[in-house]
Amino acid sequence: MTGETVRADLAVMGGGLTGMALALAAAAGGAKVAVVEAQPLATMTAAPFDGRVTAVALGSKRLLDAIGAWDGMAAHAQPILDIEVGEADGPARVRYDHRTIGDEPLGWIVENRTIRQALIARAQAHSGIEVLAPARVVGMTLEEAGRRLDLADGRRVLAPLLAVAEGRESRTRADLGIRARRRAYGQTAFVCTLALEHDHGGLAVERFFPDGPFAMLPMTGRRSSIVWALDDRLAGDISGLDDLDFLGEVAERFGDDLGDLALEGPRFAYPLGLVEAERATAPRAALVGDALRGIHPIAGQGWNLALRDVGALAEILADRRRLGLDPGAPEALDRYENWRRFDGFALVAATDGINRLFANDLFPLKLARNFGLGLVERALPVKRRIMRGAMGLAGDLPRLMRGLPL
Amino acid sequence: MGKNERTYEDGAVDADEVDRFDAIAAEWWDEKGPMRPLHRMNPVRLAFIQGALAARPDRPPPDRPPEATLDGLDLLDVGCGAGLLAEPLARLGASVTGIDPSERAIEAARRHAEAGGLDVRYRPATAGQLLDEGLRFDAVTALEVIEHVPDPEGFAYELASLLRPGGVLVLSTLNRTPSSFAKAIVGAEYALRWLPRGTHDWRRFLKPSEAARLLRMQGLDVFDLAGIGYDPGRDRFALSKNRDTNYILAARKVG
Repeated sequence: MTGETVRADLAVMGGGLTGMALALAAAAGGAKVAVVEAQPLATMTAAPFDGRVTAVALGSKRLLDAIGAWDGMAAHAQPILDIEVGEADGPARVRYDHRTIGDEPLGWIVENRTIRQALIARAQAHSGIEVLAPARVVGMTLEEAGRRLDLADGRRVLAPLLAVAEGRESRTRADLGIRARRRAYGQTAFVCTLALEHDHGGLAVERFFPDGPFAMLPMTGRRSSIVWALDDRLAGDISGLDDLDFLGEVAERFGDDLGDLALEGPRFAYPLGLVEAERATAPRAALVGDALRGIHPIAGQGWNLALRDVGALAEILADRRRLGLDPGAPEALDRYENWRRFDGFALVAATDGINRLFANDLFPLKLARNFGLGLVERALPVKRRIMRGAMGLAGDLPRLMRGLPL
Repeated sequence: MGKNERTYEDGAVDADEVDRFDAIAAEWWDEKGPMRPLHRMNPVRLAFIQGALAARPDRPPPDRPPEATLDGLDLLDVGCGAGLLAEPLARLGASVTGIDPSERAIEAARRHAEAGGLDVRYRPATAGQLLDEGLRFDAVTALEVIEHVPDPEGFAYELASLLRPGGVLVLSTLNRTPSSFAKAIVGAEYALRWLPRGTHDWRRFLKPSEAARLLRMQGLDVFDLAGIGYDPGRDRFALSKNRDTNYILAARKVG
């Protein structure tokens, strides 16, 4: 079967949150981008609210701003003004006030469907982006000058570089011969949205219980998103509860500060685990986002890290484009590989109190126990560093995340 | 197009020969192979060339995405090899002609450009031949070539004559200093084995002042000159004030 050949500077496999953000960031640098997505776009944009939200850190917000996608979601983004971290019963609490750092909020909570709609609308309006959806890939070939994707409808996509943004269970990752390491945490996370009687005032709360942490993230419209991790042994009991009993458990842990609570949307349960690709690249291919490393199955918790991949790859592409260099040559891929390996490691190593809301990491718990939360509360420099880390402002940041042009 | 689906229209080229061209191209374009130093040097050279040709700073203004900066420029790359410089220049928008006396290099260059969907005119020819045909260009590049020609003066004449008035020549070569002897001959050819032994004859190297004089005699004014330094720690080349070993210059044809 013969058909049209789409030539692009970058082919992106997967048109989800990460794939679309990458397409926009690369196109902002002047690249011509082809996005291949299995689902029809209409299905993706029309999806009703499914309860999943993303905590967008400041660095990520800057990137979204730079690629023109933030405007489409700003009205539905709840700023996080304060974060309170503490043990369930102890008196010690650390309160991170955004004014410690500056005027900017510590982050924003946005519904995934809102982000998706904003990204897709922007991508469709961009003359440098061609979205092929629904499109099924039936073959992938490594050629001298790039990767070729054969689509089921007979079309072909030809690009010097293929970015794989298919999520943690990426099939293309396996096709590229990149193995993934997996580690189960033995915990299950429950995620749901609550309607509140009283306003949350932009306060995010995280409390540590002996059987796992419990977080409440403020959303627009007097709602909160609950993220509650539990040992697998206990998780089964909670899963079996009906909505009313489930709410009762939540209220017991959370207290009655916000008045009556009501469920909005379905309850999700995710097994917690880590999926990490052994390498970030293969010849003429790069993994981005969850396909590279899924630090948390709760949608969006890993997206800040994914956007760092996006910012890094877009920056490498723009730098090479400025010099007329092949975007998918080994030198470009080596740079990405080194950048991401170091950053991923640094993120795991340089962890902190609120980061737990954004990533999944046990350091704050240790911090709380070893040094006492009160000590952190009083040590402003430590607190500032912790906050900058969680706001996505630490490490070797891509230009887009520092508020700079590509 | 897969490797096996390729058809060769030129009956004069046999399959063994074609395989050899592909092998040559693969070797030239292997960033970790024998041409590694050239690949490593390429970004620096391209930044310098863009600066000289587009008279623009290295970075674009913030409100504009990076884009083809050499649009519409008629450019000749002398000694193009398999197209390591010609291809990026074509991507930047220049209309590029690449010449090399080696037919094999040209065939390899053609195949590589075609595979990448790039439009570059490659010809097995010398600068003198193009001059005889009456061709003229907005810009001429001759990188690491002049140290290999037997008659640098005659070569400079040809390069200058191929330029339209106001056109720009970018030339790079090796300085004749103890440092260049140590690095380019002892270091690159013997110690690091980056280059085959005998690649360079140190006595033929031109000092920047000698190159400038040579060009001035042909009506070319040097307006930009920079050293290219290698930082072994970062394994990276960068433009520098030190012109002791590699240097690159830009000269404009007066009139």
